[in-house]
Amino acid sequence: MRFVFKTDYDQDIRILKHSGYWWSYGVLLAVLIAAPFLLGSYLQSQLVFVFIYAIVGVALMILTGFTGQASLGHAAFLAIGAYTAGFLQGHGVPFIVYFPVAAVLTGVVGALVGFPALRLTGIYLVIATIAFAFIVEEVLARWESVTHGNEGMRVRTLDLVGMPVPRDSSAFYFLCLLVLVGAVLVALNLLRSPTGRAFVAIRDSETAGKSMGIDLAAYKVKSFAVSAAITGMAGVLFAHKMTFISPEMFTLLLSIEFIMVIIIGGAFGVHGAILGAIFMVMIDPFLTALKDDVPVLAASVASSFGMAQDAAAQLQEKLSKIGSAAGLKGAIYGLIIMMFILFEPYGLYGRWLKVKLFFQLFPLYKRATFKRQKTYVKSERNR
Amino acid sequence: MLDFIQQLVSGIALGCVYGLIALGFVLIYKATEVVNFAQGDLMMLGGFFVFTFIGLMGLDYWLGFLFAVCGMAVFGMATERILIRPILGYPQFSIVMATIGLGYFLRSIAGMIWGTDDLRIETPFSAGVLKVGDLVLAHDKLSVIVATVILCVVLYAFFNYTRMGTAMRATSENMLAAYYMGIPVKRVVSLIWAISAAVAACAGVLLAPITFIHSNVGLVLGLKAFPAAVLGGFGSIPGALVGGLIIGVIESLAGFYLPQGWKDIAPYIVLLVMLVVRPHGLFGPSMRKKV
Repeated sequence: MRFVFKTDYDQDIRILKHSGYWWSYGVLLAVLIAAPFLLGSYLQSQLVFVFIYAIVGVALMILTGFTGQASLGHAAFLAIGAYTAGFLQGHGVPFIVYFPVAAVLTGVVGALVGFPALRLTGIYLVIATIAFAFIVEEVLARWESVTHGNEGMRVRTLDLVGMPVPRDSSAFYFLCLLVLVGAVLVALNLLRSPTGRAFVAIRDSETAGKSMGIDLAAYKVKSFAVSAAITGMAGVLFAHKMTFISPEMFTLLLSIEFIMVIIIGGAFGVHGAILGAIFMVMIDPFLTALKDDVPVLAASVASSFGMAQDAAAQLQEKLSKIGSAAGLKGAIYGLIIMMFILFEPYGLYGRWLKVKLFFQLFPLYKRATFKRQKTYVKSERNR
Repeated sequence: MLDFIQQLVSGIALGCVYGLIALGFVLIYKATEVVNFAQGDLMMLGGFFVFTFIGLMGLDYWLGFLFAVCGMAVFGMATERILIRPILGYPQFSIVMATIGLGYFLRSIAGMIWGTDDLRIETPFSAGVLKVGDLVLAHDKLSVIVATVILCVVLYAFFNYTRMGTAMRATSENMLAAYYMGIPVKRVVSLIWAISAAVAACAGVLLAPITFIHSNVGLVLGLKAFPAAVLGGFGSIPGALVGGLIIGVIESLAGFYLPQGWKDIAPYIVLLVMLVVRPHGLFGPSMRKKV
């Protein structure tokens, strides 16, 4: 077990707290940089999606995890970023201009959404963000002169100062990695600044924060704006990765996927956003593989346990029928959400912390360390 | 002018549909301050139950209706027992997410069991129309209006004039204090989920001839019922009805008078405006925070 001997007040707020961080994150970065040269194009493409989801996850973490303002409208911010990119690129604006413009525009929209949020808490805020997302979706479908409506919009290959960056190239991978690292650094830096501490104070108790002199309105709007702006950047990358965008790609279900990213990852640290993104993107190919392999495996196991040949074949057929039933994915998503909330409320990152602590304190680990405080519900009406 | 009145009437009928679903939201919110995002999907499941009883097993309409409502009440209680009770007392948002997950799950499972086609059943209300002068109102819509009003009145009376209703209100105010007063809080919460699921089943059965039964009906209507519940004030039973009526009429008139596209977003615009101007709704109690 490492004992960190503190000799400096700044040590508490350093991003890299001790030499172990240098090693572990250095190795991680080296692996990620080496990845496109080692992995096939399919896995590389999946990693790009992981990065994009992780960027949105970090953005949502700032808003939901740190400021405590839940949002089910982040697909709309992603859409605004993506459509801004598509529209401006169509009018000959270079990437280095429309990338920041998309971020700023989405940030401004985010701030506008933040204003009604000043008066809303908890569930009302969730509903307001859903309503906002519906309105954006409908506007995208109807404002045909800009968005081409439901026909969707083609996004041409990204052009980085004269150098084309196709969606499958390793250059695009590095661009996404760069934006993700940037977003993570923004989030971490924000967290150790007075602004970030104000965010956390708002999450923990609005009343207490207010009495410590935190301007709730300003900080909530800031949180919304920063979160939306980062999501907007992810939207630009998303548009270039998909090469085609249409309103039905940015529905409530996508927003729910983003919330799932931070719930599955654990909604209290930037690590959580990244772990959740890996989980959410990789679950799809994993399920597909499972769908093909499990029936065959089950049949061979059954026949090796003495089941008759044709009965085993029937079992295989039955299982593959269940596997290919429409909507199985939705059921599994629903189950995953419920299971995580019931059994692993701190998410994957929480599990990692528990395992780490178990080995650090080896014989002395107590389950109660991570026990959640149960508070009996008091009415919001006169809290 | 006749057009306007006809739109108004069909808006009222539509509004009662929203009101009926919103009633389910309001009940659970009123007793536990949890918003059940799976309410629409419970309604969808009620529709499938009644289809199973009437369409597949060939029972009488009213008997099937009764069975579906009872079945859904048991289902709601089971859901509360398995999913909600373990996380009751944790942050509200995790319960909301759990119900979103439940909704996802129910939609997919229903699609897998009953298929993805539109199903329909024969009801006593399927054919007839009521004519008042030049106005036309189909019997199935009339049945929704009547049922919504009856349910609102009954539930309002239940909450305000019975011991159990009072216990439910106390539970929502402060669970711990309710425990101290000897209120069986867990049983109260179970019961409210049962009632809410039963109301959802009523909605599902009555809507079966209008929207038909398919696995996505709950999502679509459930999300439309949200503005209704918010507009009326989330914790108010008459509010659900009035909010539903307002949303229904606005949607109907927007579809008739405004260009295409406004119909679908008009409820949400009203919702956002309402949230900015008066977040606690028309009938909701004021939510002033005390330090």
